[in-house]
Amino acid sequence: MTNNTFTVYRKELKDSLRDRRTLISMVVVPIVIFPLISIGMFTFVSKVVGKALEEVPKVMILSAGDSPRAIEDLKAIKGIDFIPGTPDYAQQISDKKIRAAVDIPSGFDAAVDHDTATTLKIYNYEGDLKSGIASDKIEKYLKDLQIQTVQKRLQARNLPPALANPFDVKKENVAPPEKVSGAMIGGFLPYFVIILCLTGAMYPAIDLTAGEKERGTIETILTSPVPRTQIVLGKFLMVLTAALVTAMLAITSMGVSFHVAKAFMAGAGGANNPLNFTIGLKAIGAVFLMVLPLAVLFSAGLLAIALMAKSYKEAQSYIAPLMIVVVMPAVAGLMPGVEFNARMALIPILSTSLVCKEIVAGTYHWNYIAIIFGSTCVYASAALFVAVSLFKREDVLFRT
Amino acid sequence: MIEAESLCKVFQDKKRGTVRAVDGVSFVCKPGQIYGLLGANGAGKTTTLRMLATILEPTDGTARVAGFDIMRDAQKVRANIGFLSTSTALYGRLSAYEMVQYFGRLHGLEDDVIDQRVNALFARLEMNDFRDRRCDKLSTGMKQKTSIARTLIHNPQVMIFDEPTLGLDVMAARTIVQFIRECRDQAKTVIFSTHVMSEVEKLCDHIGIIHGGKLLAEGTLADLRQRSGLHDLEDIFVQVVEPHIAKEAVAR
Repeated sequence: MTNNTFTVYRKELKDSLRDRRTLISMVVVPIVIFPLISIGMFTFVSKVVGKALEEVPKVMILSAGDSPRAIEDLKAIKGIDFIPGTPDYAQQISDKKIRAAVDIPSGFDAAVDHDTATTLKIYNYEGDLKSGIASDKIEKYLKDLQIQTVQKRLQARNLPPALANPFDVKKENVAPPEKVSGAMIGGFLPYFVIILCLTGAMYPAIDLTAGEKERGTIETILTSPVPRTQIVLGKFLMVLTAALVTAMLAITSMGVSFHVAKAFMAGAGGANNPLNFTIGLKAIGAVFLMVLPLAVLFSAGLLAIALMAKSYKEAQSYIAPLMIVVVMPAVAGLMPGVEFNARMALIPILSTSLVCKEIVAGTYHWNYIAIIFGSTCVYASAALFVAVSLFKREDVLFRT
Repeated sequence: MIEAESLCKVFQDKKRGTVRAVDGVSFVCKPGQIYGLLGANGAGKTTTLRMLATILEPTDGTARVAGFDIMRDAQKVRANIGFLSTSTALYGRLSAYEMVQYFGRLHGLEDDVIDQRVNALFARLEMNDFRDRRCDKLSTGMKQKTSIARTLIHNPQVMIFDEPTLGLDVMAARTIVQFIRECRDQAKTVIFSTHVMSEVEKLCDHIGIIHGGKLLAEGTLADLRQRSGLHDLEDIFVQVVEPHIAKEAVAR
């Protein structure tokens, strides 16, 4: 870095640190957003689930009246308020007046006694948490009852209980816990880092270009003997600093938030606790390294776009749609089942988002990492070249 | 010294097509002299001065400023000029001191040299009361003084002023006029553009009347008076420019 570029950079840094908008987007947002999101999500989820679990659901029993034993069995389920059936049960479930209904067919008790096949139906509201809790409870109880009935029948015929249950099936996870939870939650880390990298670079990029045009300082700096390339490089370094500081603060804040949330929820879910994983320093370092060329791409790209505008407002209107362009591939990386291939590795942002998700989950595809790092570096250099070229054009600097 | 040789600047404008903002302007401005570029709005004054300051590149022609060619040695030209215009604003979030110090550094001066020069300049311009105040909190007059200090920090041989008093109140304008005189007294080469006749009459050793990008008349005030047979500069200006305005109207 030349002396002049450093002089410009140092001044832009000082200048930007005195700008409230830059400070908010660079420091406050990344620090505050994760604790807010984690606390918010935690409070919201525990409130909603807690409320649903506390409720004693009303469940309707639809019966022809000839199976009193079945009704007695159902009423043995604790924590459910069974009420007599009415023909509008479906409507009442839809209106959430009752949570579910159990349909006991005519002659059910007799069918069970005579070893005839019969069906019990549970009506519920698919996707509704409270209806789900009620119907799951009933289903589980009835399945247990089913097993007990089979065992009674076998006993009556002097047959061994294993006859009805020739083998057991057990499912066990062998993937390391960080991979399981990493795949679920770790995807958020690169997503937020990428988005915040962009938002962190956005304000300084506008302020240092269109903002200078608007305030009339661009002509002042152009009268200095410093070549334009060095001026724009100094500005670029400042924007890059903002992007990287935002990303670093975001990663730190996310780490701390997870740590706190984990401590909060310790014991709540035991081994199933989705926060029961740690993102290693190696993974954090690798994510940061992968985001680095992307930060260069964002900084140079934003600088180039903002340079074309003649005012702060105009630059904002150019850059706002860019958010969608960046958010879309970053979100695509969050989708379950999206796995990358060589062609995808050439799509900027999406490739970084995907590879970072894998890194957080503990998988390092070195060939893809190399392709993605390389291709993003190429895009970043191209963007920087465009930004430098634009800064040398009179029609861009003096657009009226 | 400034020697402009057939300076031309052509712009492409979406509405007007090809615009010859400056069309073959040549003049010489010597050290210890103030050259006044007099013209109406859109006459080509700003473009000419921006080319001399190497902010814009000429389409054709060239100039030598402080002994350096504006095309070949743009950086050296900028290192030897002080450029001040209404559109050379200050960085609002820097203090007056930081602003001047920044430009000292951009001119490659060491920090201790900058400190000495800033102290001297601030004392001379009576700026010490607000040296640490942020530029966006300064009054217009204070801002002008800070801009003056900014243009002088590297002690340039050539001073270029583009309508420096535009939009200023009487007191702020007087500060500028006084400063321009001081520059001449220090044997600097001074060029300044304006459309205010009284400023030209008060200050300039040489006057160039510019219109439609062309330098239509040039000389000392006495020369212009003698050639036109008129005394008042405004009358002289109108006499020079009017036939061209009429021609332009016919061409349209």
